[in-house]
Amino acid sequence: MINFEKFTLANGLRVIVHQDTSTPMAVMDVMYDVGARDENPERTGFAHLFEHLMFGGSIHIPNYDEPLQMAGGENNAYTTNDLTNYYIQLPAENLETAFWLESDRMLSLAFGEKSLDVQRKVVCEEFKEHYIAKPYGDVWHKMRELAYTRHPYRWMTIGKELSHIENARLEDVKDFFFKYYRPVNAILVVAGNVTTEKVKALAEKWFGDIPSGEKYRRNLPQEPEQKEERKLEIKANVPLDALYKCWHMYPRLDRRYYITDLLSDILGGGGSSRLYQTLVKEKQLFSNIECYHFGSTDAGLLCIEGKLVKGVTMQTAENALDDILKQIQAELVMETELQKVKNKTESMMAFEDMSVMNRANSLAYYELLGDASWMNFELDKYASVTTEDILQESRKIFRKENSNTLYYYSGN
Amino acid sequence: MVEEIKTLERKKAPAIVDAVDFKLQLKPYTKFTLKNGVEVYAIDAGAEEVMAIEWVYYAGNWYEDQNLVAATVNFLLKNGTRSKSAFQINEHFDYYGSYLNRACYNETATLSLHCLTKHIGELLPVVRELLTDAVMSQEELAIYQQNMKQKLKVSLKKNDFVAGRLIDVYLFGEQHPYGKYSKEEDFDKLNQQQLLDFYNQYYRQGKFVLFVAGKLPANLEPLLNEHFGDLTSNAVTTQSILSQPSSEKKFRVANDKDGVQGSIRIARPFPNRHHPDFLKAQVLNSLLGGFFGSRLMSNIREDKGYTYGIHSYMQNHIHESAWMISTEAGKDVCEATIQEVYKEMKDLREELVDDEELLLVRNYMMGSILGDLDGPFQIIARWKNIILNGLDEKYFYDSINTIKTITAEELQGLARKYLNPEEFYELVVV
Repeated sequence: MINFEKFTLANGLRVIVHQDTSTPMAVMDVMYDVGARDENPERTGFAHLFEHLMFGGSIHIPNYDEPLQMAGGENNAYTTNDLTNYYIQLPAENLETAFWLESDRMLSLAFGEKSLDVQRKVVCEEFKEHYIAKPYGDVWHKMRELAYTRHPYRWMTIGKELSHIENARLEDVKDFFFKYYRPVNAILVVAGNVTTEKVKALAEKWFGDIPSGEKYRRNLPQEPEQKEERKLEIKANVPLDALYKCWHMYPRLDRRYYITDLLSDILGGGGSSRLYQTLVKEKQLFSNIECYHFGSTDAGLLCIEGKLVKGVTMQTAENALDDILKQIQAELVMETELQKVKNKTESMMAFEDMSVMNRANSLAYYELLGDASWMNFELDKYASVTTEDILQESRKIFRKENSNTLYYYSGN
Repeated sequence: MVEEIKTLERKKAPAIVDAVDFKLQLKPYTKFTLKNGVEVYAIDAGAEEVMAIEWVYYAGNWYEDQNLVAATVNFLLKNGTRSKSAFQINEHFDYYGSYLNRACYNETATLSLHCLTKHIGELLPVVRELLTDAVMSQEELAIYQQNMKQKLKVSLKKNDFVAGRLIDVYLFGEQHPYGKYSKEEDFDKLNQQQLLDFYNQYYRQGKFVLFVAGKLPANLEPLLNEHFGDLTSNAVTTQSILSQPSSEKKFRVANDKDGVQGSIRIARPFPNRHHPDFLKAQVLNSLLGGFFGSRLMSNIREDKGYTYGIHSYMQNHIHESAWMISTEAGKDVCEATIQEVYKEMKDLREELVDDEELLLVRNYMMGSILGDLDGPFQIIARWKNIILNGLDEKYFYDSINTIKTITAEELQGLARKYLNPEEFYELVVV
């Protein structure tokens, strides 16, 4: 049970305080309700590029990192398809430094040309490092475009292509900031060795006078139900053939999300999972195979990916995989098997909650989804899933017409 | 006047407590010895009902006669015993929501268990079985060989992987535990008998130490004695193996003709943690490339945009270390990046660091240690590092003291002693 208190400033900024006096540290987490899904299809990668620019100086503070390091703090940020998150950890005595820095960049950035110039290059190098220089690095670009026809999940957070980032203009940066980076679209979590009273006073002092901004109403094109199976073949300079399959699943708040999450663990979560045991160990058709999903807020994808053992044909590998998927649609999984993945979920959450930073991040995320207190009911939602649920949902998800398959062939 | 007082002074930083003024404490461990003399170090702390145990064996690749034997034995520990298949073992640990991991390093090889404290009693008997009764079957070995060879093929396509292997060869030589690396034929040469021999000598009868942390059960000591107190734990002789650094210093290697980035490694040999310069050099390293505000990051990422990240660090070895600078940079700016790295070294040799930057580095390092000591797993990890390197708590307090008191002159002296380009190996893999 994670305890917290919540209040809202007059400008609409939601503030959550989570006290933990066992640590000498404080954590500040600022989550903005904007991610890659909110981008213009012609200007993809922008939310993430923007995250970099948030470190390029704000209206009153030319350098963000130095004063924070001087206060003994560390920080980082990440962007997903759904949201953008900034977090700081610093000695609790110096908490006000975090308020000073985060409030100033919420008030306004400096919008310097130099910062944009440099970060365009840095992000291009990040793009190359993770998606071009790596074998199989283009898989998720291709898969997203195959699986989504309309929803903006059809591009990755890093962006569709380098040129979108290279062409970003300062004007776009400004528009983006004043549309999304407003108090009314943000959540502030302060956690660790702090008191609600002090956080309240500091929040009023530093964030209280920032203009509220207009609430962003998300209205994204919805993905129509997939009616036909889709397939794509790729040949590239990689050493091994690989098979990727994805199926549409459910939004984060849907009860069936939890069922699918457990289903993915039964199939592909570790050494005792069905796919690994049958396809890697017994039949030796794959050298590795995994099943997972992206945890997306809107309806996401359930994925299975594996690399084939040299000499095994794609057809043989896919048929063997299909057999396992047929079996899970035909017979109830064992109670102990379901219990196993529930136990795993329970312990994973306990380990995650050890860190104040993770707790702060989760509180912000659940508040963004609708209510921070939902964090405390997650386990009950998993506990309520039955073997019958798993059977029914796997029948719906693993329909052929809901599938997207990418055959990645070694060109060597 | 009244108006002005109300206006928030946003340009001025709020007052801070300098992190150098913090009194940092490393929570002491509890130590006890099992019936067989095996040492157990424990940190009982944390709010969540979780714990971790690590079995550290002196069974790293330092002790093998043939490449990959140590790593393979370590990997196959959980792939079958006389009474349980690999699947049954995995199922057991998975059922209790626990994580059983193994890792093979140069000197040591470990098995580590993370679990909810309430399940520890169900898990320890099976861990014991893995450490006393593993079979290293021919079938499991064959699957491992096949899959690891495939994995290696994919890794070899990555410039950063290739660069990481080569720079260690230049620094230590290919025959040295820190320099040797896996080749496909090394996997083919492995055989079951040599694995079993290694397992017998370095696990079943080998030397091990236990590190335990988290919310610990009251009966921890009897529990560990029951399952591990009767195991044979003999002393291990550690052969001395000398490194053979390459005489050539500069390398350019072609690996991926379609690549868009080069992997750059610039490194020099450096003594281990017992050397009087080690702690001081850590501060110089932070200044050079040890954090986001470092000289390398500020210049090469934040000013030039040549890379997504550039870092410098001391390799985490027990016998001898190396000072390493590592980055992935655009193909056309690799040489420019190297020149900038040398320029930063030159600045550190020629100019004294000013007070403000030095205070920044001190505060950053202190804050980082403070944050890093948060939680039982982090505390035991720090102790483990101290203990396995043959050091004691004095090392921790000396390092704090060094961060607080090192002078600009000392840093410049170290830069002149260690940051000379001609002493560095230089590698670009494109």
